[in-house]
Amino acid sequence: MTTDKARLLEAARAEALWPRPPLWALALGAILAIVLLAFPLVGTTVFSHHVMIMIFLYALMAQAWNVMAGISGQISLGHAMFFGMGAYATGIVVVKFGGTPWIGLVLGMVASAITAMAVGLPTLRLKGHYFAIATLLIGSSVQIIFQRWDYVGAASGMMYPIKRGSPWWDLQFHVGKVAYYYLALGAAALGFLLVWYLRRSRFGFRLQAVRDEPDAAASLGIAVAKHKVLAFMLSAAMMSVAGSFYAQYILVLDPERVFSTDISVIVVLMTVLGGSGTLWGPAVGAAILVPLSEYSRIWLGGTGRTIDLIIYGLLILAICLLRPAGVVSIFSERLRRRVQPEPQPVPAKEMPA
Amino acid sequence: MSSEVLIQAVVSGLLMGLIYALVAVGLSLIFGLMEIVNFAHGEFLMLAMFASFWFWVLGLDPLISLPLVVIILGVSGLAVHYGIIRRLLSAPMLAQVCGTFGLAVALRAGAQFLWSPDFRTITTPFIAGRVQIGPIFIGQPQLVAGCICLLAFVLLWLFVTRTETGLALQATAQDRQAAAVMGIPTERMSALGWAIGLGCVGVAGSMLSTFFYIFPDVGVNFATLAFVAVALGGFGSILGSLVAGILIGLVESVGGVLFDPSYKALVVFGLYLAVVIVRPNGLFGRF
Repeated sequence: MTTDKARLLEAARAEALWPRPPLWALALGAILAIVLLAFPLVGTTVFSHHVMIMIFLYALMAQAWNVMAGISGQISLGHAMFFGMGAYATGIVVVKFGGTPWIGLVLGMVASAITAMAVGLPTLRLKGHYFAIATLLIGSSVQIIFQRWDYVGAASGMMYPIKRGSPWWDLQFHVGKVAYYYLALGAAALGFLLVWYLRRSRFGFRLQAVRDEPDAAASLGIAVAKHKVLAFMLSAAMMSVAGSFYAQYILVLDPERVFSTDISVIVVLMTVLGGSGTLWGPAVGAAILVPLSEYSRIWLGGTGRTIDLIIYGLLILAICLLRPAGVVSIFSERLRRRVQPEPQPVPAKEMPA
Repeated sequence: MSSEVLIQAVVSGLLMGLIYALVAVGLSLIFGLMEIVNFAHGEFLMLAMFASFWFWVLGLDPLISLPLVVIILGVSGLAVHYGIIRRLLSAPMLAQVCGTFGLAVALRAGAQFLWSPDFRTITTPFIAGRVQIGPIFIGQPQLVAGCICLLAFVLLWLFVTRTETGLALQATAQDRQAAAVMGIPTERMSALGWAIGLGCVGVAGSMLSTFFYIFPDVGVNFATLAFVAVALGGFGSILGSLVAGILIGLVESVGGVLFDPSYKALVVFGLYLAVVIVRPNGLFGRF
């Protein structure tokens, strides 16, 4: 009986998933991996390393938001709070206790996950819009609290002490950015693998069922609320890792920067631009938007003149109007049609009668 | 604490609350009609304030340019509806949220690009100074702003409940299909909802510009409070927006006196969370 069940599950899985990536896709993936690994070794500039680091960082953040919105279907507009908590967790461990940021990284993940649970338990029962607004408000509340919290330097934040002893223990690299590059690449890759796994694990399937048809999922015995909260916690922990890395990267942190609403907004925009719910969407969104802002800052010397944000906004608007499924869908649709029959897209909600 | 301080806080909270209410009612009206949250609402408030400012630079006081600002905002409401919203209606919710969000980001950044992030003020409005009633002082611009917002609210209420078009608007919000069957042009009603919603923002922004700083990010805070007001009053409820807007003005102002002023936003956010968790459809439900 159980083996039957296992076989059925296996068969269902094989059918539902992309059965086996074609050879050329594997080859493309390998080439991408080699290019990314070799990039800092072939005489590229420090600034280009910085741009790549920011792409990896934002890809990780967008991927975290993707777990929340794309996979489990809850729109959070306050994700900066977890980024900031990750940054502050490492900051407190390093600045106040002189410890290693690795401990701060873990503490930040735990703190973010607990916060996500505390926030999620009462609010995830709310309908989409109410939840989105609730996260927006809680995000700004956390920022206000950190702006007034004297122990962590209130509004002026904390400066890191410069340490030169053991760079990997202190996570401070003062010569070039190559080490940060590989760290960020590794973190982004881990986030990517996590979503890859989520999209084909049993837990991930349950999350997607909760996203698409919560009532049907509940009737099949899936604990809807529990799964939403778990996805929120997972997403928060991923976001916190990005925050910890960022704090180590710039070695200074203040609430205005790490709890900025802009962070919450940008991860949403990146994911939607690339394609929410997809594996590659967040990375593609980050790869489009980060260079746009970094290079426009250089070319236009933009202090206060925010061309990049105008383009951001218009790009998002355009993608929502023309291709709500995101940039990735342009490619994946054609690809999938060749490999397997088109899965039925989720019908858009109709106007309530 | 003396009772004068408290009365003072209540009066100023009440006047500010009327402006919040007028911003919120536009949001609520639009949501009631098409179940879309306009995340660019605050940016339109900012545009209305800048419109008043530039009319003032040209020599028109905000009180005189008020009808012009309302018309400009109403027309942009129509443009947004026909240009963007109509195409988003059949899209998934995420695209709807991000569509208006993208618009908000572009408008805010566009304002910053065109007019720089500087804070501006209208330095010589017709109405300035303050009146003294017993122990309390009321800024005259605030008083006029509150009265005009209340007047706009009454007009809106009369329009929605006493005219045929207004009733058609309500019918569309209650049951779109049934309204269509009755021969109500629901599509045009949605467009009208956007025009009226942003027209309200035009009144609020015009009045706000007489005593508030004008800068590209000014809308963010007001929009946040408007979300709270709409959720408190119930998405789609006009009277609910009025009550909730005034309530928020009061809570913010009195909370600022009772607690540390820097925490007044937290008090309002706490109010929102408490209400939506206890009453997920808001205090008043739909109109």
